[in-house]
Amino acid sequence: MGLAKRIIPCLDVTRGRVVKGVNFVGLRDAGDPVEIAHRYDDQGADELTFLDITASSDERDLILHIIEAVAAQVFIPLTVGGGVRKVEDVRRLLNAGADKVSINTSAVQNPQLVADASGRYGAQCIVVAIDAKRVVPTADAKRVIAQADAGGAPRWEVYTHGGRKSTGLDAVQWARKMQALGAGEILLTSMDRDGTKSGFDLELTRAVAEAVDVPVIASGGVGNLEHLAAGILEGKADAVLAASIFHYGEYSVRQAKELMAARGIEVRL
Amino acid sequence: MTSIAVIDYGMGNLRSVSKALEHVAPDAEVLVTSDSELVRRAERVVFPGQGAMPDCMREMDARGLRPAVLEAARTKPFLGICIGLQMLFERSEEGDTPGLGVFPGRVKRFPPEAMKDAQGGRLKVPHMGWNEVMQAEPHALWRGIADGNRYYFVHSFYVEAGKADLVAGYSVYGFPFTCAVAQDNIFAVQFHPEKSQTAGLALLSNFVTWKP
Repeated sequence: MGLAKRIIPCLDVTRGRVVKGVNFVGLRDAGDPVEIAHRYDDQGADELTFLDITASSDERDLILHIIEAVAAQVFIPLTVGGGVRKVEDVRRLLNAGADKVSINTSAVQNPQLVADASGRYGAQCIVVAIDAKRVVPTADAKRVIAQADAGGAPRWEVYTHGGRKSTGLDAVQWARKMQALGAGEILLTSMDRDGTKSGFDLELTRAVAEAVDVPVIASGGVGNLEHLAAGILEGKADAVLAASIFHYGEYSVRQAKELMAARGIEVRL
Repeated sequence: MTSIAVIDYGMGNLRSVSKALEHVAPDAEVLVTSDSELVRRAERVVFPGQGAMPDCMREMDARGLRPAVLEAARTKPFLGICIGLQMLFERSEEGDTPGLGVFPGRVKRFPPEAMKDAQGGRLKVPHMGWNEVMQAEPHALWRGIADGNRYYFVHSFYVEAGKADLVAGYSVYGFPFTCAVAQDNIFAVQFHPEKSQTAGLALLSNFVTWKP
């Protein structure tokens, strides 16, 4: 009895369509965002996350229209991310009907954005997305993060620009800093696992979930329903996010919840 | 046909609230407004709120809405949501802010030492997600809604009502806390009915036909 763990289907959107690729290459069309949002809502999704992966800024307004259309028909929380650079971007997305806005690259480039947006609209609507990659310690490691790897414990580095740019930041410390600046939630993606269908990086998930007081959403690598349950039970995540296993009809959100309930996890059925 | 004013004082997204009301009452006139006169004319009033309570109180007063809100709370079907519930009480720990004082009681932060589940696991703050809402008393707004149905919450502060008979519903997060209050023409909830799918729409639908 109490708060349910959440299942969040994620829709990567570009040019008005939902797509899915492996590590941001080889994008496949998965359908119309409004239609897909409806389907997940019917299946019992607890929230929906839209990531705008549109490359050019002149196509950015498309996502606003999509969110407006979804928010008029689907009455569950909506998170939108991708290309959020200014407080004004946050305002526009919230006004379009988003409940939360996810900030990724811009949080690294300008941490003050997180503080400003949170101060203006409240921590409850500011999600900081962290893309993290396991650091493989090497003798000649130059970056601060690898050198700080003293006791042999695993470490993860924050990446930006869809996983293409390293930052030298430690993911666990970064999550703590983002919470302190006003993030109300952390969306944590393992770049090593994303698109591999081999399951979440559970060590990473647990390290971050135990380091912060705000909820953590595990992401990256889900290939089957047991992976979702493991994200909660072993990764200690508060919510789990997945894309491709739901898009192509391999599993429904309801099946995911039934499996999680069978594993003793409290879910909304 | 009824008219519903959703009070807008510049704090966050009111589109979801108005769209959900339009969805359950296609014939109603739903108006998102910061105009006191339009609030006075409406038959029903929804009083939402997001963000921090000190900001909400300040922005409400900056628009001169306090008299219209208090009048509505005395005279017509009135639905408070989230910070809109908290603002009805005397005082909040958040920025040590005075509220509207419609109801006796205080708004408190979830205390870190109490944030443990039954197994001793750590509970995160904000309380974010779908939790069960237990109905403390029968009420027209609970009609057709199962006791214990889940609603979507996102908040770090909760109300401690100064009068037990105000409590219309509660949830458990570390400890039982009040998540719905009711008195005469007022019903106010900590959760977000506009984001709570069918259970939320049922509550809003009950509100638009409610005759207190």
